[in-house]
Amino acid sequence: MNRLDIQCDLAERMLVQFLRKEAGKFGFRRAVLGLSGGIDSALSAALAARAFGADQVLGVMMPYRTSNPSSEADARTVAAALGIATRKVDISAMVDGYFAQVPTADRMRRGNAMARSRMIVLYDLSVEWKGLVIGTSNKTEILLGYSTQFGDSASALNPLGDLYKHQVFQLARHLGLPECVLEKAPSADLFEGQTDEAEIGHSYRDLDALLFEMVDERRSETELIGRGFAPDFVRNIVRRMALNQYKRMPPVIAKLSERTVNHDFRYLRSWGH
Amino acid sequence: MQCRVELSQIDPTLGNLDANLAMHIAQARSALQRGAQLVLFPELSLTGYFLRDQTPEVALRVEDARLQPLRELSREVTLGVGFVERGSDERLYNSYALFEDGRIVGIHRKVHLVTYGMFDDARDFAPGEGFRIVESRHGRLGILICEDMWHFSAAWLHFLGEADAIIVPSASPGRGIRAGGEEGLHSARVWNRLQDAMALLFQTWILYVNRAGSEDGLIFSGGSRVVDPFGEETARLPLLETGSLSCQVDSETLRRARVATPLRRDEKPQLVAAEIARICGQRGP
Repeated sequence: MNRLDIQCDLAERMLVQFLRKEAGKFGFRRAVLGLSGGIDSALSAALAARAFGADQVLGVMMPYRTSNPSSEADARTVAAALGIATRKVDISAMVDGYFAQVPTADRMRRGNAMARSRMIVLYDLSVEWKGLVIGTSNKTEILLGYSTQFGDSASALNPLGDLYKHQVFQLARHLGLPECVLEKAPSADLFEGQTDEAEIGHSYRDLDALLFEMVDERRSETELIGRGFAPDFVRNIVRRMALNQYKRMPPVIAKLSERTVNHDFRYLRSWGH
Repeated sequence: MQCRVELSQIDPTLGNLDANLAMHIAQARSALQRGAQLVLFPELSLTGYFLRDQTPEVALRVEDARLQPLRELSREVTLGVGFVERGSDERLYNSYALFEDGRIVGIHRKVHLVTYGMFDDARDFAPGEGFRIVESRHGRLGILICEDMWHFSAAWLHFLGEADAIIVPSASPGRGIRAGGEEGLHSARVWNRLQDAMALLFQTWILYVNRAGSEDGLIFSGGSRVVDPFGEETARLPLLETGSLSCQVDSETLRRARVATPLRRDEKPQLVAAEIARICGQRGP
């Protein structure tokens, strides 16, 4: 038993209801999402398939020429298991077309461009499919800012945003997702051999445990260190969360008038719906 | 009191008065056909909950013509309805009105505005200024809107006021899904504990009516229920879904509870008042 364990039946019920209800308010009964072959997008797809019906969900595979071919194979396994529709859009030409003009760009810039190219594809196909883009970012990566702003973090509705990585795995197992996504090491697959844990420098196990106590339980830095978390680890993560706050915010607007969007013009997305 | 209560666990549309009003009328009419004498809707049932800047846009004065259909219907059935009340000086209140015999017979303005965590009531509402019993044809009714119930003193005042039933309209988002303990939403379990305790201590019927549906990512937990004056649950609605339940509420159970354990008789309000005066005198309010 892990302290982060959740009641999967209840989470499934709430998330399915959330997707159906929040999409339905605006007349949407279909969903589009990127299917990477990883566990997050597999779980989002599974929840969307339950909310809208498998045939109403489009899983889009968007490999770049350096992507690991096993990612696409795993994505196809997930789509077949769920019975959702699929589409493949190779983003190599989009990304390479741009970088032909900016050849000096480093690996990070190229990775960001890949993530944003995928966003362009999903938002374009959402028009054709008449479905909302469903997000695949979990709570761990949102808190750490381990995502590309306006790239993989972009979506209309995100059913995973309040689930730590451990909980994503737990719910994915509960929903019977294929072993291939449950077993492999999480990776953004932006370059060869990349894994989340190597790049972030900590295991998801440690990250989830710390974030849960810090964010959900509101424990202070001193208390966390007293409970056995390494001081450097705690400070590094606190710094990282603050540094990436911008990724969790809409663009900042300078206030000039009497009433300003996001400052004192306050309406829910559900305004009137 | 002797009446058939119906709790209507609805999912109002945020800021759409016309649609919500139509839903109230339809729900109340069908409850009436099922024999209901008192139909209760959740907190801010006419408007939805997380209104923010919509609050003044959907506010109504108690005499507003748009409430006329509710006044009319209340000649046949008593209705408890939540709405944004526009008071004097443009003050807005999170209010709950009881419509009966063609008029509003009582109104409660939420006193304990919830302003922490995901809530920001006090940004948009002025607080109510008291806890008064409403004399209804069905008995002496107290009203505590959502967070009011989290303050023991509020329910205690209705106990002193000899309430037969306390109506608790709510808009509580569900939260807390950890495994390893009791099943269900943690927030709903805590609510149940509160209701059971207040019913037991204050020997009154508790009529808790929460809403369903979601506003953005906040998913209201439902779980409306009736607790008797012994603190025992007599009826409940499922979590998270819309629905309605009908339940008989009577004076006999009140009488038996109060005879068995005469807590009101033995209460010492004047002693408490003196102690409150002393403590407030020492420490400020």
